[in-house]
Amino acid sequence: MNTETRELPMTLEPRANYLNDGHSIRSWLLTTDHKRIGLLYMVSITLFFFVGGAAAALMRLELLRPQGGLVTSALYNKLFTMHGVIMVWFFLIPSIPTVLGNFLIPLMIGARDVAFPRLNLVSWYLFIAGGAFALWAIIAGGVDTGWTFYTPYSSTYANGHVLAMAAGIFIAGFGSIATGLNFIVTIHKMRAPGLTWFRLPLFIWTIYTTSLILVLATPVLAITLTLMALERLFGVGIFNPAMGGDPLLFQHLFWFYSHPAVYIMILPGMGVVSELIPCFARKPMFGYRFIAYATIAIGVFGFLVWGHHMFVSSQSVYAGMIFSILSFLVSIPSAIKVFNWTATLYKGSITFQTPMLYAFGFIGLFTIGGLTGLFLAALAVDVHLHDTYFVIAHFHYIMVGGAVMGYLGGLHFWWPKITGRLYCEWLAKLAAVTIFAGFNLTFFPQFILGFMGMPRRYPVYAPEFQVLNVLSTAGASILAIGYALPLAYLLCSLRYGKPAGANPWKATGLEWKTSSPPPRDNFANAPVVTEEPYNYDAQAAELSLEENSHA
Amino acid sequence: MPDSTLAHAPQFDDASQQRESATFGMWIFLATEILFFGAMFLGYTAYRLAYPAAFAAASRHTLLAFGATNTAVLLISSATMAFAVRAAREKRRTALTVRLLLTAALGMLFLCIKGFEYAREISEHLLPGASFQFDQPYASHAEMFFYLYFLMTGVHALHVTIGVVLIAISGFRAWRTDAFVRNDTAVDLLGLYWHFVDIVWVFLFPLIYLVERHS
Repeated sequence: MNTETRELPMTLEPRANYLNDGHSIRSWLLTTDHKRIGLLYMVSITLFFFVGGAAAALMRLELLRPQGGLVTSALYNKLFTMHGVIMVWFFLIPSIPTVLGNFLIPLMIGARDVAFPRLNLVSWYLFIAGGAFALWAIIAGGVDTGWTFYTPYSSTYANGHVLAMAAGIFIAGFGSIATGLNFIVTIHKMRAPGLTWFRLPLFIWTIYTTSLILVLATPVLAITLTLMALERLFGVGIFNPAMGGDPLLFQHLFWFYSHPAVYIMILPGMGVVSELIPCFARKPMFGYRFIAYATIAIGVFGFLVWGHHMFVSSQSVYAGMIFSILSFLVSIPSAIKVFNWTATLYKGSITFQTPMLYAFGFIGLFTIGGLTGLFLAALAVDVHLHDTYFVIAHFHYIMVGGAVMGYLGGLHFWWPKITGRLYCEWLAKLAAVTIFAGFNLTFFPQFILGFMGMPRRYPVYAPEFQVLNVLSTAGASILAIGYALPLAYLLCSLRYGKPAGANPWKATGLEWKTSSPPPRDNFANAPVVTEEPYNYDAQAAELSLEENSHA
Repeated sequence: MPDSTLAHAPQFDDASQQRESATFGMWIFLATEILFFGAMFLGYTAYRLAYPAAFAAASRHTLLAFGATNTAVLLISSATMAFAVRAAREKRRTALTVRLLLTAALGMLFLCIKGFEYAREISEHLLPGASFQFDQPYASHAEMFFYLYFLMTGVHALHVTIGVVLIAISGFRAWRTDAFVRNDTAVDLLGLYWHFVDIVWVFLFPLIYLVERHS
C-alpha cells in the first residue's frame, strides 16, 4: 500500500517516461529504445495474428459441411498455407521473444538497453520487409504449397507466388538471427552487478535458449529456401528426383530448422509461466535450477529430433528408431517443468488473477499437447496418425494452448509495466475463460477426428465426420470472440485504465523496481542484485513487518 | 586493462564491456555463418556419397591451377590481415593503412581470378541449366556437382566481396582519420570475419578441385 500512495501523485502529472519521450512518428520509427521496439513488434504481430486468424476462420467455415462449397479446393490450399506461414513466422516465432523479450530483457537484468540497439531496430525493419513480401504474395494470388514448402512440388509444380513467400521468410529470418544474437550478447555481457546466472529470472533462461536456437537453426532454413528458390528459378536442383536429387534432403534440412522452431515457440511461453506461478502463488520457485537446466536440455534435445517428421518418408528404419527414442527423451525436461510448476503451487497462497488463469491454461493444455506428442513419437502409432487431424490437434495444443496462452498471460502480467495502466479485470478474466473454452472445443474434437482417420489439408471429408467438425467450428467462433476481447479492453485501458503503480502484483524481479511506464534509461539508479530470484518468502516477511509498523 | 576513459555507447558501462560485447557478437555471427554454409556442405556430402564416380569425373573438369593460385592468394591475405590487426593494436596508422589496403587488394585479386575461372567454365558449357554439356557418363549427376560448385563458391565469393568492401573502407578510414587509433575493435572484428571466409575456402578447395585427382 505504501508504494501506491507514493506513486499516485507522480502519475497524475505525467512523469518523463519512454512513452512520452518524443511523440512524433519519427521518434517511433527511428527509435533505438528496446521498449519502443518491443511495442513496434507488438503492433505488427497483432496485425499478422488477425490476418492468419482470418484464414483459419474461413477454413473452419468451409469444413462445416462435408462437401464444403464455400471456397474452391485451390483457394482452400492457399488458405491453409497462408494460415501456417503467417502464424508460424510472423506471429508465433516473434511473439514472446520480440515483444516481451525486447521489453523485458534489459529491465530484468538491470541494463539500460540491449547490447546493440541499432541492430535491434534493423531486426524490426527486416521483419516488416519480410512480412511485406509475404503479404504481397498472398494478395497477388497466394501460395498453395503448405507452410512446409515440400519439394519437388514447391520447386517444380506449384503455381502461385512461392518465390515471394520464400523471400519474405528468408528476410524475416535474418531479423530473427539478429534478434537472437543481440539477446545472447545482452544476457552474457550486460547483467547488473550481483546478477549471477542462477539469480536470473527463468524468463531470461528461456529467452536465452530460444536465442541460441534462433541463431543456430535459422541460417539452415535460409539456405534451404534459397536452394528451393534456385531450383524453381533455373530448373537446376538438388531436390528434384528427375535430376538425381533427393526430396528427402529438403525435408531433413527443413525440419532441422522447423523442429527446433517448435521450441522457439514454446520455450518463451514456459518462461512466462515460470514468472507467473511464483508471483500468484506467493512462493519461491520449486527447483529453480532444475527448470533452468531443463530449459537448456530442451534446447539441445530439440536439435536432435527432426527426423520424427519423416517416419513415413523413405528415411531408414534405424534412423527412425533413433529419432523416436530422442523424441521420447525431450518429454523428460518438459515434464520436469510441469512437475516443478505444480510443486510450486502446492501450499501456495494462490490468487486467480488474469495472468494466473492463462498460466493454469498453459499447464493443462501444454500437458495434453506434450503427451499426445508421445503418441506421434511412437513409430507404429505414427503410421496410423501421420497427416491426420490428430497431428493438427497435437501441435495446436502446443502452439495455441501453450505459446499463445503464454503470450497472453505475459501480456496481461506486464501490461501495467508497459503502459502504466491497469486493464478491466473482470473482462480480462472473462476473455481468459472464453479462450480456454473455445480452444478446447475447437481442437479436442480434432484428436478424435484424426484418430478416426480424417486426413489434414482436404476441403471435403466423409459425412460421418460432420458432427465433430461442426463442434470444432463452433469452438473456433468462441475462440474468435475470446481473442477480440483483449484487443478491445487493452486498448480501452490505455485511456481509461487506472494508474498501475510500479508493482501492482507485488512481484519480485528488477523490472518491478522501476516506475511504470519505465523511464527512457530504465532505472533512475543502477540496480545491484543481492538476493535470490522469486524471493517471495522474504518479501512476505518484509510486507507484514511494514504493516505491523503502520499499525 | 582499465580503459574506462575511452568513449563508449550509452548502453554500456565502459569501453571494455563494449569491446567484449562486440567481439562476442561477431563470434555468434560466425556461428550462424557456419550453419549457413553447413547446409550446403551437407548437400555436397550426401551427393558425393551417392554419386562418387560422377563427382570424380566432374572434379577433373575444374581448373586446378586457378583454384590453387586462389588458395595461395587468400592465405596470404589472411596473413596480411593478421598483421593489420596487430598494427591496429599497436596504434601504427601507416602500417595499418598499408596492410588493410593490401588485404583488400588480395581479396580483389582472388575475385578476379575466380571471375576468369567462371568465364572459362561457362564457355565450356559447365554452368548447370539449359546449356549444360558433359560428354562423359552420368551427365546429370555431374551437373549436380557443378550446381553445388557454382552455388558454394558463389556464396563464398559474395562473402569475399563484402569483406573486400569493408576492409577497403576501413583502409581509407585508417588513412584519413584516427578512428582506429582511438578504438581498434572494428579492425579486430573485420579480422575475425576475414579469417572465417578464408577457412571456408580451405574446406572448399579440396572438396571441389581434388576429388580423385591422384588417379
